[in-house]
Amino acid sequence: MSDGGKRILLTGNYAAAYAARDADPDVVSAYPITPQTPVIEKIADFIASGELNAKFVRVESEHSAMAALIGAASAGARTYTATSSQGLFYMYEVVWWAAGARLPIVMGIVTRALGPPWNIWSEHSDFYAIRDSGWNMFFASSAQEVYDLTLISYGVSENPDVLLPSAVGWDAFEVSHTYEPVHVLGREEASKILPPKGAWKPPLTPEDPSSLGNLAYPEEYAEVRRTLREASEKALGVFREVATRYSRITGRNYAGLYECYRCVDADALIIGMGSIIGEVYRAVDLLRERGERVGALKLWVYRPFPYEEVARRLENVKLVVTVARASVFGSLSPLGLDVASAITLGGLDVKLVDYAAGVGGVDVYAEDVVGMYEKAKASRSGGFWWVR
Amino acid sequence: MSHKAFPREEYILKGHAACPGCGATLLLRHVLKALGPNTYLVIPACCTSVIAGPHPRSAFKVPVLHIAFAASAAAASGMVEALEKLGKPANVVVWAGDGGTVDIGLQALSGAAERGHNLIYICYDNEAYMNTGIQKSGSTPYKAWTTTTPTGNLSVKKDVPSIMVAHRVPYVATINPAYVNDLYYKLRKAAQIKGGLKYIHAFSPCPVGWRYDSSLTVKVARLAVETGVWVLYEVENGMFSLTGPSKALVDKSKRKPVAEYLRLQGRFSHLKEEDIAEIQRLVDEQWERIAEILREQEKG
Repeated sequence: MSDGGKRILLTGNYAAAYAARDADPDVVSAYPITPQTPVIEKIADFIASGELNAKFVRVESEHSAMAALIGAASAGARTYTATSSQGLFYMYEVVWWAAGARLPIVMGIVTRALGPPWNIWSEHSDFYAIRDSGWNMFFASSAQEVYDLTLISYGVSENPDVLLPSAVGWDAFEVSHTYEPVHVLGREEASKILPPKGAWKPPLTPEDPSSLGNLAYPEEYAEVRRTLREASEKALGVFREVATRYSRITGRNYAGLYECYRCVDADALIIGMGSIIGEVYRAVDLLRERGERVGALKLWVYRPFPYEEVARRLENVKLVVTVARASVFGSLSPLGLDVASAITLGGLDVKLVDYAAGVGGVDVYAEDVVGMYEKAKASRSGGFWWVR
Repeated sequence: MSHKAFPREEYILKGHAACPGCGATLLLRHVLKALGPNTYLVIPACCTSVIAGPHPRSAFKVPVLHIAFAASAAAASGMVEALEKLGKPANVVVWAGDGGTVDIGLQALSGAAERGHNLIYICYDNEAYMNTGIQKSGSTPYKAWTTTTPTGNLSVKKDVPSIMVAHRVPYVATINPAYVNDLYYKLRKAAQIKGGLKYIHAFSPCPVGWRYDSSLTVKVARLAVETGVWVLYEVENGMFSLTGPSKALVDKSKRKPVAEYLRLQGRFSHLKEEDIAEIQRLVDEQWERIAEILREQEKG
């Protein structure tokens, strides 16, 4: 690959396409939706130019895109797709099927708000919506992270102890359409990290006929679902392993499951996912200048949620502020709930204040995050909707 | 061919969960015999997803992907492409009921047909949602009783084979469990045609939903053909031909009255004489259209 091992200017969406190319999938299937379209256009270009030897199934709906990959993966193919928002919701039924059938499909989710009203800008409500389906879920905050987490996903998904699909999320426009320098490995380097093709046994072969997904009575169903839960729990350790191997080649280490910013001596932490974290880091700097001992935590791994690891980080903290880009009603945000669970399960005495912010693509600036922190400091635990 | 020439190998094993007299199971038994062991089945929600029997066992001796209701044709598309890419050619067969084909699955079927994946799509048409207990589908015939049309269905059966012909797929055919030779001929032909979707619409009598004694499945199936209610035909690259006993039935005098078919079934027991006359008129009209198609083709 001519661009192998090079740093090139890519959008988040192109970074996903380059990662998919370097993962060498056998079958790609997708339906266009804003802001995901450049991902599949770029993959189509790679296939047209011969850089990627994959079958591209240009389906008539997102439901069929995921179904096509379920068919392909059940026959042993490595697969990729990407979608957004309404598209993810249209494929929602089969998203669950993919996980329940234990198929190592990898999908990009370019996060976007859900209608009505129509809105094409970033929000994570679509991403959060699949959190209970059994998929591994990762979140990228830059084009580089999109590339890295997509490649790492194949290593996690295809591990025989896991065999679960993986989703990588990234923000509409802020990441999907913004150009950044991205270190691209190329097929040869990437293959050193990826599992060898065909290393996992396809569930369906004529030589050893079996059925995937047939009717199960309650006890058998519960048993099958329990093994899925165990696989999901193992995914965290496997992610660390794959990320560690990845760091040896790239120098970029995701094995910590999250990135900690100025949090060693912090007594308050602000937690977020995705592009909003850049403004959170800036807010931390502003607050530090005022003498506030504040740090930030950027999560890469959302499912399985690293409860223990997050709780350990919160042991010496008095206040946690979660900033989730999601429309939430009658509840804390999904991220806020998970962090609250980590606090409770860790037996910690920490005040949690949860914000829904950046809904429908509203810009969130460092000053907003400072405001959230100040309001949180003055208030009891609870959830708030932040609009500038 | 003589029935003695049918393959002896069985791909539906003992212990399946079909109702006695199930037309769909009889059809599938022969479909699998006709295609042989290098065959993948993709099965959406339908009676057959139950007939296969519960996890961790299966009554089917071929690989089976069970998949969500609306997803079967798309899943088969992906499977066909994967097997081609991996260099493992096989028959990929969607085996779906009428609900999963003419209603909820039609979009995915249309997409797969348009894209031209090399797969065989078989709709076994028992003319209602039988798996959930006899609710009206888009394939339920005019005036038929179902639990959601308790006074008789007022819409006319959706003609999916013609919709598939309009997609210009290379092969469309109908089959019927009373005419197994015809079934073997069509399935084997479908398996040999590459480069497109082959659509087969199967008449699938259901003793439970149609309210007849389970010993009468083949009789009901045969009468459907003899009365002209069900037409055996194939459309190869757009050329229509009648097959088997249907060849003789353009001549109205050769067709038995539809009443003979209807009276065997409880789902039509509420029909008045004028209803039967109306159904006879619809069947005659169908044959006039077929005669017209044949005349047009002869003219070239």
